[in-house]
Amino acid sequence: MAKNTTARTSGTANRRGRRHPLATVALLVIGLLSTGGAYALFTGTASAAPATVHTQASTEEGKKLFAANCATCHGLSAQGVAGVAPSLYGVGAASVDFQVGTGRMPLANQGPQAEQKPVQFTNEQIASLAQYVASLAPGPGIPSSKYLQANGNSSTGAELFRINCAMCHNVAGAGGALTEGKFAPALSGVLPQHIYEAMVTGPQNMPVFNDKNLTPTQKADIITYLKYLDKNPSPGGFDLGNLGPVAEGLFIWIFGLGAVVGVTIWIAAKAN
Amino acid sequence: MTVTETKPPVAPTATEPASTVPPSRGSRFTGAAANYIDERTSISGLVKELGRKIFPDHWSFMLGEVALYSFVVILLSGTFLTFFFQPSMASVNYAGSYPPLKGLDMSAAYSSTLNISFDIRGGLLFRQIHHWAALLFIAAIGLHMLRVYFTGAFRKPRELNWVIGFVLFVLAMAEGFTGYSLPDDLLSGNGLRIIDGLIKGIPVVGTWISYLLFGGEFPGTKVVALFYSVHILLLPAILVAALGLHLLLMVVNKHTQFAGPGRTNENVVGVPILPTFAAKAGGFFFVVFGVIVLIASLFTINPIWTYGPYDPSPVSAGTQPDWYIGFADGMLRLIPPGWEIVWLNHTWSFNIIIVILVLPLFLGLVAFYPFIEGWITGDKREHHIAERPRNAPTRTAIGAAGVTFYAVLWAAASSDLMATHFQITIEGVIHVLQALFFLGPIIAFFVTKRICLGLQKKDHEIALHGFESGRIVRLPGGEYIEVHEQLDDYERWRLVSYNEYKPVMLRPDSKGRITAGERARAALSRWFFEDRISPVTTTDIERSAGHH
Amino acid sequence: MAQHDDGGENATAGSAVVKSEPPVVSPGTAVIPSDAFENPGLPPHRLRATDLDPHKDRVAERRVYTLFFLSIVGSLFAVASYVAFPIIPGNTMSVRLNTLMLGLGIALGLLAIGIGAIYWSKNLMRGDELTESRHPIRGSAATRERAVEIFKEGNEESGFGRRTLIRNTLIGALVATPLPAVVLFRDLAPAADPVAQLEHTMWAKGTRLTHDPTGVPIKAADVTLGSVFHVIPEGLNDKADRLEEKAKAAVLLMRLLPADLHISPGRESWNYNGIVAYSKICTHVGCPVALYEQQTHHLLCPCHSSTFDVTNECEVIFGPAKRPLPQLPIAVDSEGYLVAQSDFHEPVGPSFWERT
Repeated sequence: MAKNTTARTSGTANRRGRRHPLATVALLVIGLLSTGGAYALFTGTASAAPATVHTQASTEEGKKLFAANCATCHGLSAQGVAGVAPSLYGVGAASVDFQVGTGRMPLANQGPQAEQKPVQFTNEQIASLAQYVASLAPGPGIPSSKYLQANGNSSTGAELFRINCAMCHNVAGAGGALTEGKFAPALSGVLPQHIYEAMVTGPQNMPVFNDKNLTPTQKADIITYLKYLDKNPSPGGFDLGNLGPVAEGLFIWIFGLGAVVGVTIWIAAKAN
Repeated sequence: MTVTETKPPVAPTATEPASTVPPSRGSRFTGAAANYIDERTSISGLVKELGRKIFPDHWSFMLGEVALYSFVVILLSGTFLTFFFQPSMASVNYAGSYPPLKGLDMSAAYSSTLNISFDIRGGLLFRQIHHWAALLFIAAIGLHMLRVYFTGAFRKPRELNWVIGFVLFVLAMAEGFTGYSLPDDLLSGNGLRIIDGLIKGIPVVGTWISYLLFGGEFPGTKVVALFYSVHILLLPAILVAALGLHLLLMVVNKHTQFAGPGRTNENVVGVPILPTFAAKAGGFFFVVFGVIVLIASLFTINPIWTYGPYDPSPVSAGTQPDWYIGFADGMLRLIPPGWEIVWLNHTWSFNIIIVILVLPLFLGLVAFYPFIEGWITGDKREHHIAERPRNAPTRTAIGAAGVTFYAVLWAAASSDLMATHFQITIEGVIHVLQALFFLGPIIAFFVTKRICLGLQKKDHEIALHGFESGRIVRLPGGEYIEVHEQLDDYERWRLVSYNEYKPVMLRPDSKGRITAGERARAALSRWFFEDRISPVTTTDIERSAGHH
Repeated sequence: MAQHDDGGENATAGSAVVKSEPPVVSPGTAVIPSDAFENPGLPPHRLRATDLDPHKDRVAERRVYTLFFLSIVGSLFAVASYVAFPIIPGNTMSVRLNTLMLGLGIALGLLAIGIGAIYWSKNLMRGDELTESRHPIRGSAATRERAVEIFKEGNEESGFGRRTLIRNTLIGALVATPLPAVVLFRDLAPAADPVAQLEHTMWAKGTRLTHDPTGVPIKAADVTLGSVFHVIPEGLNDKADRLEEKAKAAVLLMRLLPADLHISPGRESWNYNGIVAYSKICTHVGCPVALYEQQTHHLLCPCHSSTFDVTNECEVIFGPAKRPLPQLPIAVDSEGYLVAQSDFHEPVGPSFWERT
């Protein structure tokens, strides 16, 4: 962005009632660079530290944490409260790890769906909570790490992703709208473990993809594809948020046509 | 040409003693070449005719050029793409170099587009140039049309050229849509799926049109080849012909110019084609080309590799057409539930019929607007002065209403993205846009008309009393006033040189009758010109001076 | 265009406002005031810095040729990039680099020419404005008269107006010639009747429901509560017209609590223990309706937002679609696999004229 600042200072230095003849061009370059930069920032894939450590987790600790943080809605013995929160019998450790590990739980406020927030517990605390909830009734457990290495078949994964996931999450995992204010979140930067757990448990309105629907290997393939997208930026340049033709249309009207109209104004302006 | 001269045509040889400096080798060569060509084409006549033709200089007059130059870029980049693209839906197994698609069955069209993107140096760049240029092409046409509309540059003698321009706009959209469909990826395939559904909803002939278009049942194996012929041969041929006619008529009619001192309806003030305009316009071509290439080298457009090959089962969230088809897609989304009946043993899909009636009606109004306004004013004079939008308040207000109408439809096509990005419900977005579909244009009309009249009033005031100089003077009586300074003649001319129309008076014709047509015209005329501000005249100034 | 005056070389600036004779054509409802202002004529010309200062002129000249030189550099850079940044198969970063460098080089080559030429014309070419007069677009009276005469002569010499039979048969013949072209387009599509094809899909009694895209059959026990399965009929992947069949036969399989399903009379046996199968093709314009919300049991079409309620046999609760998604009656075969009881009971996908 060094170009950005130099162009601006030279623009002010040469200010003599009219703009410097090359100011429009400089503006064009600045506009393109800064939007590019902005998009690079937005699409950046910063992610939280991996949460796989399982030291010192205990059911006892989990029970205490549950009573303090979750029981208000889910009931003291996690039996659920009608109209407020569901029962947690049988949701399994995977569900707790996903909901608490992505910051969706504890719920901040009632809305169309649980929003992602900063994670409120340490990895040990989450593991303890998961262990406690899993001890209540059998349910899907934390996935085995061999499915989370993103070393499967990205081609199969991409095809399965398009058929099973893209209708809500968008083919590039950019997210999309659901009914009545709900939405499918963007998937870039989500940890493999959380992707896997979401498929197994079907959080909120997401359907469940059990192991007969998508086998663990197929799930690993889907994770492989998503991680491929994370690791390989679009070969065409900045991807405009992967939002498709709407973003492209807005871009050409605002920046493409904007730049060209800027040039026409420069052309038609009388020289000093 | 009959040559009557007896002496041989003057060749620029050393025998010419006229100039004191002997011509250089370069200029001798240029002269000889020019002579050679002229003796075979009489091109000197054309140069004499057009070489010093005057073009008015205003930034908004260059928007059509943007469209023209984008089109040239499209032709150049498209030609490059045809060398590598295979317009076939034959099934192949992908063995190219993009890992997440390896081993998949797909059409040759999709596979060759992937190869252009991933295996040919500069292939992706040219695909992106082609697509970005197409988006810019249609956007520039749109803006150019708005400029022509809002300055009244479509009035006599340019009504026909407006219609030709409109045809170019429609052709450009058709070019865009057929091109969008060629890669046969998931996004374009779903776009075709929507077209198929839309066509099937047409009463009587729909099923058959769809059947012929897709060469059988959707998706079939023919449509890409068919669209390819249409996209690279049929439509460009018509487009180039219409474009030639558009430019020819522009030259014949000469360009309009804005009102200003020295500029009249009988002259053109500006720069000559040779050299100034040629340098500006030629240079501008390179700038437009350069901007498109710059965008194409920095920003991804239509990443077909993420969409995957077309398959009727998957779909992506945020499936939208390119921006210029958005208004049609938006209209489809705005229809409320249940608009379909079975009547006379046939299905009447009003959720589609309404769309394919309203959109052509809207486009038809755009195409025929010059004739409608011409009929209302009855003005048969030639108009070469581009009007300031405020000086035709009703026209400007109609334009604003039209733009709003289009914008509502356009916005509706991205209702899902608006819902996720502004965290509102998709149903809420649709309901608001449904209301705006009716209210938006009406509100825009009244607001714009008031703004125009307000601006006109301000102009009127300034022309009559001058502008506030910021100088406060104390009168002998102790009263403070701000001195108003009169405009000079040049400044005032900009404010007072416009046409005023008065509403038609309903009068019986020679047979003593008032026809329905006349009644309609009178009503429209009243609607158009009831509220108006007359331009300041010399009498007004004298009278105003007398008051002070 | 015929009589063209010589650019008017700063001659009659402003005085071009000749008070010509009153217009021969009607101004319509335009008001032509007698006391309107006179056009003051072109304002005096303002000289540019390059006109006044020879130093500035030289600076401008240097800028222009520097830009043109820069353009050459850009184009050569593009050629060099073509070689220097090759595409490595399977490496998308190399594609990105190739696109970027080649593009930046070409863009520089183009932009520098363009900016240079414009700068040249703005600062070094003649700066004042010239005036050219316009002439009415219509031909002069004599020209028009002659044109009419030519048509008259043509008419007389050919007898076009007189020999009506010749004229009318010619018009008839010209109207008829394009007709073969209309007929010729019939063979774009095969001979078969489209309506019959639209009314049937691949599903038949006993066809197993299989996974999309693998074609692995699905057991009823696999479909747990809250699940959604994307389904194709068994054998679809071996079909020659795979995509055409898939475009009609794609199905969505969901399991709800039987108590949540509101079943209309006659359809009681179409589900299996709360497992229901519905066509995935939208009844509006045919997009795949695949967005299933497992708690609200809504199905949303991503194209035009039509929303269907699975608990109420997929009736439309929002959006432009009218008809519910057709239901596929299912059962379980002796091995526990889900099978179709029959084809759909109505045509799937978008409405069409012949549909009743």
